Amino acid sequence: MIEIKNLSKTFQGSSGQVEALKNVNITIPDGDIFGIIGMSGAGKSTLVRCINMLERPTEGQVLIDGQDIGALSETELRQVRKDVTMIFQGFNLLMQRTVLKNVCFPMELVGKKGPAARERAMELLKIVGLESKADAYPAQLSGGQQQRVAIARALATDPKVLLCDEATSALDPNTTHSILELIRDINENMGITVIIITHQMSVVEDVCRHVAILDGGEVVEQGNVSEVFARPQSAAARRLVFPEGESGTVIAGNPDEKLIRVVFNGANATQTPLIATMAMEKGIAANICYASTRNIGERTFGSMLLGIPGGDEKVKEAISYLQELPDVLAEEVSVNA
Amino acid sequence: MLEKIFAAEAVAEALEIFKNEFPLAVWETFYVTILATLFACILGLPLGILLVAGDKNGVLPLPAWLYNTIGVIVNLLRSVPFLILMIMVFPLTRLIIGTTVGTTASIVPLTIAAFPFIARLVETSLREVDPNILEAAQSMGCTPMQIICKVMLPESVPSLISNLTIAITTILGYSAMSGIIGGGGLGKIAINYGYYRYRYLVMLMAVVLLILMVQIFQTVGTAIAVKNDKRLKH
Repeated sequence: MIEIKNLSKTFQGSSGQVEALKNVNITIPDGDIFGIIGMSGAGKSTLVRCINMLERPTEGQVLIDGQDIGALSETELRQVRKDVTMIFQGFNLLMQRTVLKNVCFPMELVGKKGPAARERAMELLKIVGLESKADAYPAQLSGGQQQRVAIARALATDPKVLLCDEATSALDPNTTHSILELIRDINENMGITVIIITHQMSVVEDVCRHVAILDGGEVVEQGNVSEVFARPQSAAARRLVFPEGESGTVIAGNPDEKLIRVVFNGANATQTPLIATMAMEKGIAANICYASTRNIGERTFGSMLLGIPGGDEKVKEAISYLQELPDVLAEEVSVNA
Repeated sequence: MLEKIFAAEAVAEALEIFKNEFPLAVWETFYVTILATLFACILGLPLGILLVAGDKNGVLPLPAWLYNTIGVIVNLLRSVPFLILMIMVFPLTRLIIGTTVGTTASIVPLTIAAFPFIARLVETSLREVDPNILEAAQSMGCTPMQIICKVMLPESVPSLISNLTIAITTILGYSAMSGIIGGGGLGKIAINYGYYRYRYLVMLMAVVLLILMVQIFQTVGTAIAVKNDKRLKH
């Protein structure tokens, strides 16, 4: 288990202090795939670098299985880094080494050499599907292939935790998806805890079970991905979940309508024509201001912003009607100019 | 003038000198250059590594006063003109070789002049390594020594070879200059025959041979650097 407690990081910039992280508290259970999402500049990269102490926090602790790694000596810390490995946006492979020797590199650092190391490296390359490229150099591989090599390299020391720092941000959507699938397989088959840093909601939706949303160096929201997705509480979460659903931008039109947000999840809800039935049964002619569906895990989520004409009474009626349907949440949202 | 230089007897004389003295001179220039480069590398490579690793953001930060002192010494040595430096290190040359005259003796000032230059070239090469790769190495639990030996140096091999080629050709040029104060090789021939005895044709031959040697070193060096660069897709 990884516990991040009251973590703060302040950088001494040329134009004064910059607070990159403010009192961050996150608990990541063993075997989880945990997403940390935020816009650029939110402090994600600093946070992930504090987890393996590439960046020393100004205040607070990082506990890995109860051990405060901020209190360790450099030598002890290097030992921890064999257990908490990392992959990067830029892959960061050694360009003058073959793929096989790149995967051997972390083993070499701990004195594991020769046929045993090569055999283990080949096994790992097989897991990431690149055993045929063992003797190629990184420059000869595509971005997705390079990231697979980086993953194999990160697994070479049998880590307990894999940190992914924007690992798919430089890849196209298809490659991103296949890399995420590989990460999920590794998590399931090897029981490795995965922490994914990203600015893309789609990455979190694809593989993460839990998510923390970072905004301006603070955790503004965290929990199950499905919960955070269904009811984003913070402005930052809403921006990420409904990038084009910002209330201000959608309802340019009707000032007498009140807005309600309808979120539905699961097949039951998606099979009901709920706007149509509401119109027929209650006579409420809802105006769809925004709608979207997406798949998270095996479930289909959808969200809509409805404009309801006819004042507060009608809004209450609409909400109570929608709430009765299975797997549907409805709430009034205020319009921020 | 030209008729004088290429007059029949001048050509005959030059060919005679060429046959008798040039093979030894080429060999002297070659071995002085190679040995001076070797010794300069032995001093300059660790110094160059120190200039990168010892930086306050480097993998093995040195105390600021020590780091700055090293930088100043390197710059000082680099700013002394080679001819002056050669005379300045006479006592050291006498101490090491026993004399200040001759081919072997010129290796000492050449080494002293070249090692700060090589240190700066090594520094430049090592700074080219992507800092993200160094961070990745750190995240894998590399010690500072492992980062230097297993990441920084191997990753910059092509650039180191290119810069070593520049160093060799520069040292070759310096070695010719050492002919003025008693060094051997092609430089000595060019000065003794061309400058003191007006045998321009002999000087011309020496210069052409120097150019040829630079060409050969540069071509071979570039070829090795390209062959060792795995960043190129071939």
